Amino acid sequence: MTVTTALLRINAVSKRFGGLQAVNNVSLEIGPGSIYGLIGPNGAGKTTLFNLITGLYPADRGEFLLDGVAYEPSSVHRVTEAGIARTFQNIRLFPDLSAIENVMVGRHVRTHGLHSGIIGAVLRTPAFKRIEQDIRDHAQQLLEYVGLGSRSVQIARTLSYGDQRRLEIARALATEPKLLALDEPAAGMNATEKNTLRGLLERIQSDGKTILLIEHDVRLVMGLCGQVTVLDHGEVIACGSPTEVQRNPAVIEAYLGTGATHG
Amino acid sequence: MDIFLQQILNGLVLGSVYALIALGYTMVYGILQLINFTHGEVLMVGAMVSLSVVMAMGHAFPNAPAVVLLIAALSIAIPSCMFLSAFIERVAYRPLRNAPRLAPLITAIGLSIVLQTLAMLIWSPNPRVFPDLLPTQPIAIGGAYLAPKQLLILVVAALLMAGLMLIVNTTRLGRAMRAVSENPRMATLMGVNPDRIISITFMLGAALAAVAGLLVAMNYNIAHFTMGFLPGLKAFTAAVLGGIGNIPGAVVGGLLLGIIESLGAGYIGDITGGFLGSHYQDVFAFAVLILVLVFRPSGLLGERVADRA
Amino acid sequence: MRSTLSPKQKALWATLAIGLALVLLPFAAGAIGNAWIRILAFALLYVMLALGLNIVVGYAGLLDLGYVAFYAVGAYLYALLASPHLTEHLPWLATLFPSGLHGSIWLLIPLAAAVAALFGVLLGFPVLRLRGDYLAIVTLGFGEIIRIFLNNLNAPVNLTNGPQGIDRIDPISIAGVSLSKPLEIGGIHIPSVQLYYYLFLTLTILVIVICLRLQDSRVGRAWMAVREDEIAAKAMGIHTRNVKLMAFAMGASFGGVSGAMFSAFQGFVSPESFVLMESIVIVAMVVLGGMGNVWGVVLGAVLLYAIPEALRHLARPVQMQLFGEELIAPEALRMLLFGLSMVLIMLYRPQGLLPRQKA
Repeated sequence: MTVTTALLRINAVSKRFGGLQAVNNVSLEIGPGSIYGLIGPNGAGKTTLFNLITGLYPADRGEFLLDGVAYEPSSVHRVTEAGIARTFQNIRLFPDLSAIENVMVGRHVRTHGLHSGIIGAVLRTPAFKRIEQDIRDHAQQLLEYVGLGSRSVQIARTLSYGDQRRLEIARALATEPKLLALDEPAAGMNATEKNTLRGLLERIQSDGKTILLIEHDVRLVMGLCGQVTVLDHGEVIACGSPTEVQRNPAVIEAYLGTGATHG
Repeated sequence: MDIFLQQILNGLVLGSVYALIALGYTMVYGILQLINFTHGEVLMVGAMVSLSVVMAMGHAFPNAPAVVLLIAALSIAIPSCMFLSAFIERVAYRPLRNAPRLAPLITAIGLSIVLQTLAMLIWSPNPRVFPDLLPTQPIAIGGAYLAPKQLLILVVAALLMAGLMLIVNTTRLGRAMRAVSENPRMATLMGVNPDRIISITFMLGAALAAVAGLLVAMNYNIAHFTMGFLPGLKAFTAAVLGGIGNIPGAVVGGLLLGIIESLGAGYIGDITGGFLGSHYQDVFAFAVLILVLVFRPSGLLGERVADRA
Repeated sequence: MRSTLSPKQKALWATLAIGLALVLLPFAAGAIGNAWIRILAFALLYVMLALGLNIVVGYAGLLDLGYVAFYAVGAYLYALLASPHLTEHLPWLATLFPSGLHGSIWLLIPLAAAVAALFGVLLGFPVLRLRGDYLAIVTLGFGEIIRIFLNNLNAPVNLTNGPQGIDRIDPISIAGVSLSKPLEIGGIHIPSVQLYYYLFLTLTILVIVICLRLQDSRVGRAWMAVREDEIAAKAMGIHTRNVKLMAFAMGASFGGVSGAMFSAFQGFVSPESFVLMESIVIVAMVVLGGMGNVWGVVLGAVLLYAIPEALRHLARPVQMQLFGEELIAPEALRMLLFGLSMVLIMLYRPQGLLPRQKA
């Protein structure tokens, strides 16, 4: 089922850390406008694969194609430029900056030109002021989009946990990504927060974005994702729709003992 | 005279002192991931206290043999430095254990200045002469010469380094130190009190620094409140060169740096055609530091660790 | 009667009032003695230095312990291009410039900024991947290396005149008016030192404005993002390498300008003015005042310059009164003040006197 219009395609990706083969010959395809889940028991290599896709460290082998174009996942900022934005498992906001400043930083990669740099800043040219206002407006819109519009001037580290997660998503969206890659966005959330998150992600999807998700909450994944890849010991053991994968005996066996089948 | 051999011997003497000081840096770093910027000042205090004791005893007992004077000096200097170091850890580092890593560095710099100023007030702003306690007749070794005090440095340093390795590798205390440096929380579960071990680590390093201070003062016949800075920085370079956190690395790094500096100072005139002279000697240590940190931050014997962001 | 001024109008009046106070301040100080105007002038030089370091430490979060190197670069650049030293020691230069090297400040200030910025990039390059404390030590090493070179580049070619330094540096002249001679305007006598004060005040205000504008811009936010979390900053598409180099360059340029002014003001430079302690002093000013807060840094610089100077003048008489002898020399008091302020601030108020946060 080679969909030629796959948004993200990775082929035969491998990564070894010393004696451990963390990721072994993994391939997957993410269709545009879908929500794609990456699941597996602890230590399966999900975060490693995620980090390889987003350029945190280089893969030993493999091809990475975004929108049909090969990209070099060798440096994080280039990956973001190419159109993949990510959030972090442990939330990496800019703690001492306000919420809106956090999101404004996300616009950095999409603003260019002489007037957006030092010269514009020091001379306060009209072009500079226009760019700054654009950035600010855009950021405010994104805050409202994720439901944080009223907290724009609040310092990031004083926000509640759920708000911080949403802020991180808003900041990632500010980079205008083609693919939004979320590393356990629901970790530590209660049921209500997870529902809000699900609503937000569905809205992001209906607005045309593609989402790649690592998640442990199986129910969330089943309800949200169109396709799912299951990893275990660094290898793909199943790939398909959530219902197919859930019935796959290899998957059940991989999860047995961790009790994750009752999310 | 074999110049090359002479340079090597001088380098080993210099390097032994660096190694003694470097051990203090590396032990503290291994356990706290902290650069103990005040370590050089502890060395200085060791030297100054030794000077005072030697002068006082020299006055009171003019015929006392050198050995007695040295032992008396160390028996006061070592505990003083141990106490000072434990005090610094308790007051300046412990409250900042969870602060961003730059905070204890800034505090350490500030303390360094305070210590230097206090030393300046207590012992005088001018360099004081440290008397020659040992006979000065050089001893011939191969084609080169070593003064007795240089030989003493080599012997004392070697003994102390061996002693420390023994402690770290065979005693319960040493095991506890290694445990705390690898995994403090796990060590607590094993019944080790990390705070106590940390204090002891500081004190062990300080004891070595105290002896090193005395040796430096003897070697150059000078004691001054600024004498800790340069040896401290160079010893830190040595620790990094050998692999910071790695105890044998500190020894290797120290000796190697001593030799590099000695050979470099000796031959730089020839290498650069007279453009750079031997007063650029100190630049060597800085250059080594920068090169190591930029190209091989894990040092010679350290593991390749990724930059912990 | 209730005030009917809008906030903007209040701010305007306040600015005018402060501006007037700053202009009149040297007259008041001069009444006590010209030495006090000199203190004000030097305080401004340190404010510029602290603001420059603030970009590196406060905005970008890079602890530079060798910042004095840029001060030295600016100072020596000015000294070499506005004094007889080079033409005296390099005959071929003397033939090129028969009337000597007398660079004007319109050339030398931008040049000092540019050359210092270049050094900033050169020093910044190797430290890009280093972690905080290692970065601090390496920059410290750079600062010392520069000082050692300045101290020794008097042979085989005498470039810097070694420990003796360079003297007979041209005073500044603007539009034909030399700042080394007092000025008479409408019956008011302005001593030379005060003229320099006004020049430095202008430059300092310029530097403050630049810093405030940078802070509130895409560039400033990029610096702060790198400071807050470098990995997250990269994930947001920021070229952290360029951002850091820009911080070094910008910060260094202010140091260079301040150095050039120092050179001209003193008429003499030597490596003694650029020791490690100076770097530490500037760090202390930034840390005490509040890293990342322009006004905090200004306050820190003024306090940590003015207080030791005041002590220098008062310590002896006070101690004579109290103890009948001088127990602690002013230099020792100054060092104690710096050391203790760094320790106490980090332990009890790490964000500084004026923290950088608004909320």
